[in-house]
Amino acid sequence: MARSMCWHCQSEVKGEYMCGQCVKVQPLSKDLDYFTCMRLPRLLDIDQEKLQETFYDLSRTFHPDFYSNKDDQEQIISLGNSALLNTAYRTLKDPIQRAEYLIRLEAGSVKEIRSNPPADLFDEILELQEDLEEYRSLSTDGDKARMEELRQKLNVNREALEQRQAQMESSLKKKFSEWDVLQRQSPQSTDAREEKDAVLKGMQEILSDKTYVRNIVNDLIETAS
Amino acid sequence: MSRIVGIDLGTTNSLVAYMDGNQPRVVLGQHEQAKVPSIVGMTDNGLIVGEAAKEHLLKDPSRTIYSVKRFMGKSLEDVTDEVKYFPYTLQEKNGVIRIVIGEKTYSPPQVSAMILKELKGRAEAQLKESITKAVITVPAYFNDSQRQATKDAGMIAGLEVLRIINEPTAAALAYGLQEKTRGCIAVYDLGGGTFDISILQLKDGIFEVLATNGNTHLGGDDIDRQVSDVFIKEIKEQFSIDPHNYSDLVQTIRLESERLKVKLSDDVKAKSEVELPDQKGTYQREWTRDELESLANNLIEQTLGPCQLALKDAGLQAAQIDEVVLVGGSTRMPLVRQRVEELFGKKPHCELNPDEVVALGAAVQADILSGNKKDMLLLDVTPLSLGIETMGGVMSALIRRNTTIPTSAKEMFTTYVDGQTSVDIHILQGERELVKDNRSLARFQLKMPPLPAAVPRVEVTFLIDANGMLNVTAKDIRTGEAQSVQVKPSHGLTDDEVEGMVRESFEFAAEDIKQRQVIEARTEADAILMATEKALLRGKSLIKENEVKGIYKILDELKAVKEVDDHRLIRSKISEVEKVTHHLAEVLMDATLKEALESKKLSEVT
Repeated sequence: MARSMCWHCQSEVKGEYMCGQCVKVQPLSKDLDYFTCMRLPRLLDIDQEKLQETFYDLSRTFHPDFYSNKDDQEQIISLGNSALLNTAYRTLKDPIQRAEYLIRLEAGSVKEIRSNPPADLFDEILELQEDLEEYRSLSTDGDKARMEELRQKLNVNREALEQRQAQMESSLKKKFSEWDVLQRQSPQSTDAREEKDAVLKGMQEILSDKTYVRNIVNDLIETAS
Repeated sequence: MSRIVGIDLGTTNSLVAYMDGNQPRVVLGQHEQAKVPSIVGMTDNGLIVGEAAKEHLLKDPSRTIYSVKRFMGKSLEDVTDEVKYFPYTLQEKNGVIRIVIGEKTYSPPQVSAMILKELKGRAEAQLKESITKAVITVPAYFNDSQRQATKDAGMIAGLEVLRIINEPTAAALAYGLQEKTRGCIAVYDLGGGTFDISILQLKDGIFEVLATNGNTHLGGDDIDRQVSDVFIKEIKEQFSIDPHNYSDLVQTIRLESERLKVKLSDDVKAKSEVELPDQKGTYQREWTRDELESLANNLIEQTLGPCQLALKDAGLQAAQIDEVVLVGGSTRMPLVRQRVEELFGKKPHCELNPDEVVALGAAVQADILSGNKKDMLLLDVTPLSLGIETMGGVMSALIRRNTTIPTSAKEMFTTYVDGQTSVDIHILQGERELVKDNRSLARFQLKMPPLPAAVPRVEVTFLIDANGMLNVTAKDIRTGEAQSVQVKPSHGLTDDEVEGMVRESFEFAAEDIKQRQVIEARTEADAILMATEKALLRGKSLIKENEVKGIYKILDELKAVKEVDDHRLIRSKISEVEKVTHHLAEVLMDATLKEALESKKLSEVT
């Protein structure tokens, strides 16, 4: 993390976060990615305990509580650094957010992760949506027998989708370790680019399917269980 | 760095604490009492706060303000259900409640400032130094408007509020659990008017809040109300008078209900008595703890839902909680303790006085901020999701609830129409889908460069600081220039209004000082009058008749002047009296000496 110049005394900053000359805190670079910030390699299987340790350690360095005697500029920097640190920790702590962040980071050109229906489930889901619609409309004027019939059908669908979720979970895990293997072999992101991009793309597809299915399952639980 | 005190600004009681070396201590007032009732009375002789105001409440309820915390950061609409319980009239101006007392109106921060000033004064008297900086606690579930109102109150009271800290987390700091614990703590805080639950993870001196939940409108006051309602109903039935027609009686009943509730925490039976007006007799009733609990049960149940939600957000099961801490006077109720114990499956901590623990924790946080304590750090969260209004009256969340603070979110804005020069932004807080179900925090207008539609790019940063309070900044991405943002709070005072109130509070202070000087001069005049009259009885015969007449005349003058509200006039008359009576004093002194000598001679003889 080479930063050129201290904002305060203009001397060269050699220390990691503080100026060696005037001991003022330095702003974290805007280009700093969360993995680097948390002193972690860009892998998806991370050591949670080490992550927390780094988070606590950096919190002790940057938290505004330790800057209330300092001048305004230092207080602003500590606030900004702390906010970035907290976001980095929150993002990396959660495996899904971590993967989504990695995809954004590695494949900058890839669009935001959208929630799309899985291609092979498209027809099935279309029918399911129609059933849900009908079920909802019945709940006000109520043909009880038809409602019960639909309810059972929807529940069967739900179970199938939940199974599908479990499948997606395990194939996602597989992709995670595929990434980690590639990354360990060639940590420089330019190497094995094609292979890595393919893994990332696969991950992204599963993530978007997963979001979609989760929303539907939540809908089903809320409406018809 | 000058001393920073910790203040618990409570619904029913407030306290101030400071660090004595490594130990937080509460400031004790008269009668060794740390609690200052959060009550403000407006009397003909000026302002009274605390215990004295509590007595004033029974004499002059329409000019006595209590539970003002319930109105902080609120609009009139927010409190319609409970207005009928308060003896004073409320109005609203610019989205902020105003309390009407006689011809004047007061905003809740102004009234809170009066309480803060009392605490500041007490701390100054005990510590013998000027206090200008404070950490003030708020319920964890307070939204941005309520926090801002608290900060405004500090400013009006002449205090720089270095940090707004959450009450349950403050309590966790006070317990000093860091020395023996590594694990998860649940802090259950049921106060006079608010309920909070916070789940913390403690490791190596870092207190990381995982989740918080609560209800800023649920507390011991509500239990008192339930009891009061029974009193009122029975008095109506048995004595055929309606207490609502006697506002002082309603207050007597309210205080008696509170006393009864407190007593039933220790005893299983208690008697209550209320003297009725117009010689209607005395209402008496014996209560059992069971009866009280059946009234309070429903309210206590209401605290359990938020506990479950907080656990869920923290990703924990109740059994994974290692320590449970109880905070707030209402946790003295045995039923509350029992319910909490059932929920978490462990005996809760209640070693520290639940009334004092929050103020003590605030003092610990003050110590951290002053740079003395480096081994402890509190990482708190924002209790409510923050978002902005989007198309169709839907809220789009930018910062989720239970996000560790400080935290920020950036959002890019552009235009829909060619040449559009501004975009209106509405900031909200809450967990609901629709704008109308969430809390409106503020609005502002973002300036846009006059360009074709969708070309301008202005980035807005929403930053929640370590106080849990929102700061908004904006930057034009194309030019890189920062834009100043004038945020207009929906339910808060504007900067100008706060400034005006700060000025007014100085005027108030000037008025207070004047009042005190008059009272002091008057007291001195009374003392002089009494002493001179007594001296005359003894010395009349020793001086000339003319001189006696002269003294009586000047005493009459002093009696007349004493009634005027001018301490200078009273003081100048007092010094005149001293001059005129100088000779009499000498004569008496001589006589006393003579007597003393004579008695000595006598004693020598014998």
